[in-house]
Amino acid sequence: MRSEKIIPTIKRKSIEAMLKRGERLDGRKLDQVREISIETNFIEKAEGSALVRIGKTMVVAGVKLSLGSPFPDAPDKGVIIVNTELIPIASPVFEPGPPGEEDVEIARVVDRGIRSSNALDLSKLSIIPGKRCWIVYVDIYALNHDGNLMDACALAAVSALLTAKKKRVSVEGDSIKIVEEEEPLPMKDRPVFITIGKIGDNLIVDPNYEEELIMDSRITFAITEDGKISAIQKGEAGYLTCEEVINASELAFRISKEIRKLLPALPKVS
Amino acid sequence: MEKPSLLTPEGLRLDGRKFDELRPLKIEVGILDNADGSAYLEQGGNKVIVAVYGPRELHPKHLSLPNRALIRTRYHMTPFSVEERKNPAPSRREIELSKVIREALEPSIFVNEYPRTAIDIFIEVLQADGGTRCASITAASVALADAGIPLRDLVAAVAVGKVEGRLVLDLNHLEDQYGEGDMPVAMMPVLNAVTLLQADGLFTPREFKEGLELAKKGIMEVYKVQREALRKRYARLIKGARSLEE
Repeated sequence: MRSEKIIPTIKRKSIEAMLKRGERLDGRKLDQVREISIETNFIEKAEGSALVRIGKTMVVAGVKLSLGSPFPDAPDKGVIIVNTELIPIASPVFEPGPPGEEDVEIARVVDRGIRSSNALDLSKLSIIPGKRCWIVYVDIYALNHDGNLMDACALAAVSALLTAKKKRVSVEGDSIKIVEEEEPLPMKDRPVFITIGKIGDNLIVDPNYEEELIMDSRITFAITEDGKISAIQKGEAGYLTCEEVINASELAFRISKEIRKLLPALPKVS
Repeated sequence: MEKPSLLTPEGLRLDGRKFDELRPLKIEVGILDNADGSAYLEQGGNKVIVAVYGPRELHPKHLSLPNRALIRTRYHMTPFSVEERKNPAPSRREIELSKVIREALEPSIFVNEYPRTAIDIFIEVLQADGGTRCASITAASVALADAGIPLRDLVAAVAVGKVEGRLVLDLNHLEDQYGEGDMPVAMMPVLNAVTLLQADGLFTPREFKEGLELAKKGIMEVYKVQREALRKRYARLIKGARSLEE
């Protein structure tokens, strides 16, 4: 049982030795992502949802909408709130309680990558400027932790947003009437998040749990459809050289194109 | 508030800086009596104070690591550090920044030299004017050195951003708020090691590479100020010790 974040030295040594030969313990190539599956509309009560598996890593994201007030500094925009919880269901290394720094980091990086890409057109979620708008809650729960929760959480969040439906509203003066008719969320982009791990001098795509335990550092890139970077996050207590950073970014660009093919299509927004 | 124009007709930034110019940077070392190491930093309108304790006994003990020191970092902003009073409880932003700042500093520390101990880094942002995580890293690294903790290199940090489509060095608050992108970078300059890299906003691959180069340039300047601050502090101490002997 994985009750602690430790790995036997012999396993560490064999992972490192294999990487030198360009191999990984689970048979993947260094730049190979595990098998991915995305099941959308998994939660019927949610306005949008997705169950995502990357190898054995499994997360579920749900989108819920409610009417609320816009932020004072963005009166003519809707609001998106991303929340992540790494619950003990997913691994004994997670403990119940308020979100820890790992949970908060994932939520904030996913939020930044989506927000900066303008994937969700917040200006179309305003209803009465300065008073009422749609608030889009994206809640992501880890169900099984076998590494690379960052990419899995992002994939689930984006897939759930792409397939979410919202009710139409009609405004008369200050009163808002919700019409039963549904329409997709105003999505304009499909950012893909790719995490690269560094073990010794090797860069590996989509690190699994064992690899995460021994990796020196990791770097995540969120990449938009037109090939721009919408978020970066380096993590773990190691470092990358400038050259490694550039190489990792190029690797992420290449892999992001493959992953995007698996995403739901952009909805047609009227 | 409407987005103000962030460049003057002469192509300068609102505070008169060129694109690749840092804000005035001042670092003082060893300013706190009770800490093992400390530093005070001013960078533009930022005022940051850092205390380092340790290596010291770790409480609670069950957190101790048999083979190395545990590094703990708290990044916190005072309620009066920003325009609108900030709730003093740690925000999600502060939780994330505490983590990435710790991970930016940890690669520089010889943690295996101090098993079962804690090294605690407390960062208080007294006044914020954009780029406080970078200012915090720059100050904390100097405070670690002041605590006498062996380091592989100092960690120096600066943010690069995009303002009116151009890459600029060391964003201030206004540029951060209304600019199109922000990319904080921390490095151990001598080791060519990037220990913090984040970004939000949109960057093309080319802007990303150029931004990294621009950050490197700024980091070398910050590094110089860090070393000068340490030199000044210890030159004074050595001088004081000599005059006592005489």
